[in-house]
Amino acid sequence: MSTNQSQPFGTQRLDTSAANEFLTFTLGNEEYGVDILKVQEIRGYDTVTHIPDTPAFIKGVINLRGTIVPVVDLRIKFNLGRVEYNELTVMIVLNIAGRVVGVVVDGVSDVITLEDNQIMPPPEFGGTLDTRYLAGLGTVDQRMLILVDIEKLMGSTEMNLFNTDAALAA
Amino acid sequence: MSIDLERFHKSFFEESFEGLDTMEQALLELDPNAPDAEGINLIFRSAHSIKGGAATFGFAGVAEYTHGVETLLDQMRSGKRTIQQNDVDLFLRIVDVLRGLLRAARDGASVDASAVASTQAEIAAALANGSGAKATEVVAQAKPADEASSGWLIQFEPKPDLFRSGNDPLRILRGVGALGEMKVDVDVSKLPSFADADIESCYLAWTLKLESTAPKIEVEEQFTWVEDESYLRISPLQHAPVVAAAAVSETPSGKPVLTLVQGGASTEAAVPAPVASTQATANTARTGDSSSIRVSTEKIDALINLVGELVITQAMLEQQASTLDPAINEKLLAGLSQLNRNTRQLQEAVMSTRMLPIESVFSRFPRVVRDLAAKLNKQVRLTTVGESTELDKSVIEKIADPLNHLVRNSLDHGIETPEQRIAAGKDPSGTITLKASHQGGHIIIEVIDDGRGLDRTRILDKARANGLPVSDTMSNSEVWQLIFTPGFSTAEKVTDVSGRGVGMDVVKKNIAALGGSVELNSDTGSGSRTVIRLPLTLAILDGMSIAVGTEVFILPLSSVVESLQPTQEQVKSVAGSGQVVRVRNEYVPLLALSQLFNIHTEVRDAHNGILVLLEADGRKLALQVDELVGQQQVVIKSLEANYKRIPYISGATILGDGRVALIIDVADLIRASNRAVAA
Repeated sequence: MSTNQSQPFGTQRLDTSAANEFLTFTLGNEEYGVDILKVQEIRGYDTVTHIPDTPAFIKGVINLRGTIVPVVDLRIKFNLGRVEYNELTVMIVLNIAGRVVGVVVDGVSDVITLEDNQIMPPPEFGGTLDTRYLAGLGTVDQRMLILVDIEKLMGSTEMNLFNTDAALAA
Repeated sequence: MSIDLERFHKSFFEESFEGLDTMEQALLELDPNAPDAEGINLIFRSAHSIKGGAATFGFAGVAEYTHGVETLLDQMRSGKRTIQQNDVDLFLRIVDVLRGLLRAARDGASVDASAVASTQAEIAAALANGSGAKATEVVAQAKPADEASSGWLIQFEPKPDLFRSGNDPLRILRGVGALGEMKVDVDVSKLPSFADADIESCYLAWTLKLESTAPKIEVEEQFTWVEDESYLRISPLQHAPVVAAAAVSETPSGKPVLTLVQGGASTEAAVPAPVASTQATANTARTGDSSSIRVSTEKIDALINLVGELVITQAMLEQQASTLDPAINEKLLAGLSQLNRNTRQLQEAVMSTRMLPIESVFSRFPRVVRDLAAKLNKQVRLTTVGESTELDKSVIEKIADPLNHLVRNSLDHGIETPEQRIAAGKDPSGTITLKASHQGGHIIIEVIDDGRGLDRTRILDKARANGLPVSDTMSNSEVWQLIFTPGFSTAEKVTDVSGRGVGMDVVKKNIAALGGSVELNSDTGSGSRTVIRLPLTLAILDGMSIAVGTEVFILPLSSVVESLQPTQEQVKSVAGSGQVVRVRNEYVPLLALSQLFNIHTEVRDAHNGILVLLEADGRKLALQVDELVGQQQVVIKSLEANYKRIPYISGATILGDGRVALIIDVADLIRASNRAVAA
């Protein structure tokens, strides 16, 4: 935890804090955050089996202890920075509506708690990342955190990760 | 205290359906000329449990319906009624109606109200008949054999934890009371002081004096549920009260009750239900229960997954250890090889938990054959061989429908009417044989009939009429394959049994979907034989691993015909774009996997690579790959669990080194290449 709140233990705030806890990671020079409850685990990037006829941002599938899990490289999807794979490359394994997806990022930084007043609604702007998939913009000290509505993003037809019926249900 | 009964509904339905299956089987085995007491008891017990369960869980319709059935069965059991063939038929129909009622109660499906009403009316009619002259006669006969008495002295002392198993002594007492006049004495001597009493324990014991002509077994029946949890003694009342005296004097011998009991052994031919034998069956049933448990398939699948991972981990460890110096690491290596043995055994053991004997499918056919034979006025014997052959539960579930089709077909088209059979010099009753056996990693299921066999000329005529390309020079096996084309039926008239032409092609498709194949052999005049070949389990596949560039793919071995390295002359191009390869006077379309999947590879030309000849749905394709890696059994994993379906890929598997390899869907690939050629 980076923030050191002086709240006494067992107050109301603790119950709601889980919803506002974010895992932050970097893509290029930008800092992103996802709801910590959606994160299953963090692991190194290892051999990925390529899937034929898929967009570049879908890296392929890996064997995660016996289950086959697709891997998405958000750096390619968001067009950010140089994409290289080395021993420092990290994969965040997310569990979204019962489905497991691996997301390749440049680095995982921290778990931080944001108060409601630290989260701003995202402004309207065009770009590779549609504002529909943003949960908001967070501010920690002078840094800006892009909070991604990862469930909406992964379930979107744009990512085309799941069969359409599943995407509709999500 | 409120108990959520809903929780128990599932097991009630499961057990009830099982009970109905048992009933059906016992009915089919029942020979009306020599009724087997145990069989009737079995049927009665099943009906009784369903009734009890239905009443407890508030399915009044089911309970009420079963009550009539039970009464009728009880008369048969106690010998008050003789069993006729049409009774067996009635009960079979009742079983069907009950199944319908239970399903309706479970899923809210609609009930065939007319069937319910008509069987109910028949039960009522049968019950009304039973009280006629014939019944009393039988009662008189049966009585000396049974330990008839003017009444019973029952000592009933339940164990303290009786309530915990959900039993209610009051209900039992009421049930006994319904049999006749009853006097109840309660023994409260064990009752502790109020402060010490545990409200969930039973401290009472009862002594019941029942004045009734009911046989002992009927009294015992009331206590069936609590037998194990109580001290129970039922003895005849010593003094015969006036009311019952008349009944006793009716017995042919007229001797006192006690000596009649001894006589029971010699007159046992007429005894419908000897008490000893019912107890014996009850005991075996109980031991059967305790040696098996119900486990949901999800739990088993999770176990299989875990073991699969263990096997992979073990393989990785072994790979790592192979670089170690055996002299220094002797103990570690010995331990690893033991781990290897143990994991393999564990995997086999876990896989076998999903395996069920094929009996569970075969057992439904006696009924199907019986009903159909009666409908078609044919005489058919059904024999089954190899019922204990085991195969995966998921395969069992999916094989039932195709088998049903095949058996119905055999009965309708294969087996002739008795007259025709006599004219052909055959036994008037035909035989259908269901046979299952293991062969390598496969299971072979055969449906054999000794009917008229397939008619070659009629199939050819029909095929011509349907516009199929056929010639008289086709081999028999090619002609039989025509049966599997969609919309093909040679039946002269369409019956509601079969003959609509949606049959064999569906059978073939369903079996192909399971990774199996169907083959048909027939000798005109002496019958036909359908052979189904299936993999033992859907979770494991015999695969051939191939490499393209740096990627490894798995081809199902069942669709690989051969592999070859073509010469430059064998490969021809068609219209400049498509390629074909000539394999033994046959031109087969050629497809490079690297091109289809867009994989970079050094191998460009077909004659530098290897062609794998694949076959699915009767069409062939030569697939160009870089090299063959090996042949192995792979565990099929779903891609769709976390991702989605990918064209030309049927699933994925995990290789020995932990990497994922994709399994190629050969049928999809061949369809695609045909589209490409057509375009």
